[in-house]
Amino acid sequence: MIADLGFAVVLIAFLSAIYAAIVSVIGARRNDERWVASARNAAVATFPLLLLASGLLITLLLQGDFSVDYVYQVSSREMPTYLKVTALWGGQAGGLLFWNLLLAAFTATAMLRKWDDQRPLMPYAILVASLTQIFFIGLVAFVENPFSRIPGLIPADGRGLNPLLRHPGMIIHPPMLYLGFTGFTIPYVFAMAALISGKLDEGWIRTTRRWTLVAWLFLSLGLILGGRWAYDVLGWGGYWAWDPVENASFIPWLSGTAFLHSVIIQEKRNMFKGWNMFLVIATYLLVILGTFIVRSGVISSVHSFAQSEIGPLFFGFLGLMIIFSVYWVVHRWDELSTENRLESLLSREAAFLFNNFVFIGILVATLWGTLYPIISELFTNEKVTVGPPFYNKVNGPLFVLLLLLMGIAPLTMWYRSSAQRIGMAIRWPALAALVVVGALIAFGIDSWAALLGLWVVTFSLILTVIEFVKGVRARMKRGESPWAAFSNLMARNRRRYGGYWIHLGVLVMAFGIIGSYFFQQETQIRLRAGESLSLGTYTMTFNGVRQYPGLDDLLIKEANLSITDNGRDVGTLTPRTELYTRSGQPMTIPSLRSTIEEDFYVIMVNWETVLANEATFRVFLNPLINWVWAGGLIFVIGTLIAAWPSPARERVAASARRRIALGPALGGD
Amino acid sequence: MGKPRRDMALFPLFVLLVAGILFVMPAGAQEPVSDDDVNRVAKDLFCPVCENTPLDTCPTAACQDWRDEIRTQLAVGKTDAEIQQYFVDRYGPRVLSAPPREGFNWLVWLLPVALAIAGIAFFARYLGGLRGKPGAEPADPTFTVTQGSAQAPPPAAGEDDYVSRIEKELRE
Repeated sequence: MIADLGFAVVLIAFLSAIYAAIVSVIGARRNDERWVASARNAAVATFPLLLLASGLLITLLLQGDFSVDYVYQVSSREMPTYLKVTALWGGQAGGLLFWNLLLAAFTATAMLRKWDDQRPLMPYAILVASLTQIFFIGLVAFVENPFSRIPGLIPADGRGLNPLLRHPGMIIHPPMLYLGFTGFTIPYVFAMAALISGKLDEGWIRTTRRWTLVAWLFLSLGLILGGRWAYDVLGWGGYWAWDPVENASFIPWLSGTAFLHSVIIQEKRNMFKGWNMFLVIATYLLVILGTFIVRSGVISSVHSFAQSEIGPLFFGFLGLMIIFSVYWVVHRWDELSTENRLESLLSREAAFLFNNFVFIGILVATLWGTLYPIISELFTNEKVTVGPPFYNKVNGPLFVLLLLLMGIAPLTMWYRSSAQRIGMAIRWPALAALVVVGALIAFGIDSWAALLGLWVVTFSLILTVIEFVKGVRARMKRGESPWAAFSNLMARNRRRYGGYWIHLGVLVMAFGIIGSYFFQQETQIRLRAGESLSLGTYTMTFNGVRQYPGLDDLLIKEANLSITDNGRDVGTLTPRTELYTRSGQPMTIPSLRSTIEEDFYVIMVNWETVLANEATFRVFLNPLINWVWAGGLIFVIGTLIAAWPSPARERVAASARRRIALGPALGGD
Repeated sequence: MGKPRRDMALFPLFVLLVAGILFVMPAGAQEPVSDDDVNRVAKDLFCPVCENTPLDTCPTAACQDWRDEIRTQLAVGKTDAEIQQYFVDRYGPRVLSAPPREGFNWLVWLLPVALAIAGIAFFARYLGGLRGKPGAEPADPTFTVTQGSAQAPPPAAGEDDYVSRIEKELRE
């Protein structure tokens, strides 16, 4: 009953999206606001409808109605309640429904908020948003229906959620990624609306600026949390493996980041209109491609729990949207080219352009590596793996270039800057960083790649801090207290100083990445009870293994290890293996001692009841890894600073926008 | 970043060294193969079943068998490269962590390089072309105002006045 209702509600949402698309076109053709308003209402209505459908699916999960296939696949009676709720996105069909819910939430919010502000763009924005919705709701309604029933006998119990997804990190990581993915639809929708309507002034950019930042924030959070989840659950001592699905969410992040930078050039100098349009469109298409890679299982991955046969449909939709986007870009090409030109290679504009160049380079390399296995199989019928060695070799140098730009680019000025001034500004930081590197060499670090990386990080870190200091001191000259100067500086230009905070976060992360990548130590050994192993300054002594049943069908084998650091007792670690007896799927959960310098990370690789006082352990020493997470936190705070709305300035901006809207008409732009 | 490859540069040297030692050492006098030796070989191999999970971390029984095979082969004195080749011969190049640089697979390595060169060339041409154009002359302030967005005038000589520069840039 509830299942039938759920399916009916999804169908209504689907029809609602179709109605919105058709009526928005009629509204635009007839130039009649009433039609457009009706289309908007239909588009907005998909949100409560999908919310209801999701609520109904959660109800089914909580009730344990195993006559519904999805409920049977992803839940079981003994699962704790919170997992029954999060099972909404624990499988293919439910995940897609949830994806739709978030897309509808964003669409509804954007349509309602921007209705008065961007009236001329609205019919087309509704059209493009609805086209996306038609495809994704259609998938849920007709291909991956989460409400479909099991034919035949109703099972007594479900199969339970995939063990990998039972970790608390999994509750938050997918929603963040989905929010990021669906969020990038809104900038695309308004960009296309600007293209179709021909209103290519900066209106659409201003409208979508914060949206882009918010979508980007969620995508970044999803990536960081995904890394943390991998570190805590997958048990291989690392956090990023260049897995196709990781890449699938990293690729749109790259184009989104490039856009966030280059859009500033358009705002300040009215340049690169076409390029920005390209980046927004590319980000949207890469989001669709990413969802396709994650959802279709076309590229094998550790995330293959979400495989299905929806690949061709995605491919078709992607193709359609590419044709649709390219058609309008070509159609408006003349209006996208701008008069203003770069004046100097040493200018802020050029710096942003270099930045975009590097970002796109990383994007192309990552996309290429991700897709190459398909290409190889297509042409040579031979499967290959493109793993970390490829990405590290190709992307590593590009990342270093990016970090270098991060330090130097903020020193450039619009239009042109003097090489002499920049030279003066970077002289001392470069030297200071060199001193740091010298000290590191004295400490015995001899990897030139690591030293180069650390030099760049130190150099850019100093320059970024100087940017803050200069700003604060400039304000202090007017008699403000240091703290007031600092906070006023932030408040006056959230985006710029939020951006510098983000740079700081990235640099701190880079420090951690370099440390854990170049200086990781590991060893694996079989220990008898009472025996010890030493790695770095740590010694661990194996005390024994305890076996006990856990929640649900879980069987836990947990080792007990006493750890000393430099001979000082620092407590016990309890790495364990979890066996989900019904599915037979094992999980290896590491246990770690975490300090600001390093993580001592232990996995129990093997233990058998027949040899109960022996076990094999794999031990990692991950230097500086906590800097990755700390940097991630700074990064997120920086993005919040940049994206935080300031109500007073909003109103000013809105009135300014109205004035600008008149401007082109008068000025004959 | 993924798993460490810090010793990659020294890897050929290491193989040579191991080969050399094995060559001069009488058979049977070898150290027992440690788990670290096995992992060193295993971490660059992927079994065809557990896709995208390297052999050293994969918990399945199949991968355990592969690791035992590595151990056996190391024990009889095979080099890392020989063992890799053994698996490639049986299961194809997909067991390697990156495509081997041969035949069609050169493409995976060469395309990024080719694209980078093309990109730099395009970029250089674009930037080079700008300087020659009359449009690249210093912008006329009245012109930029009619553009509707470019409020920031070209920096004047007073670059040092950081406050006014910041204030100017802040006025969006």
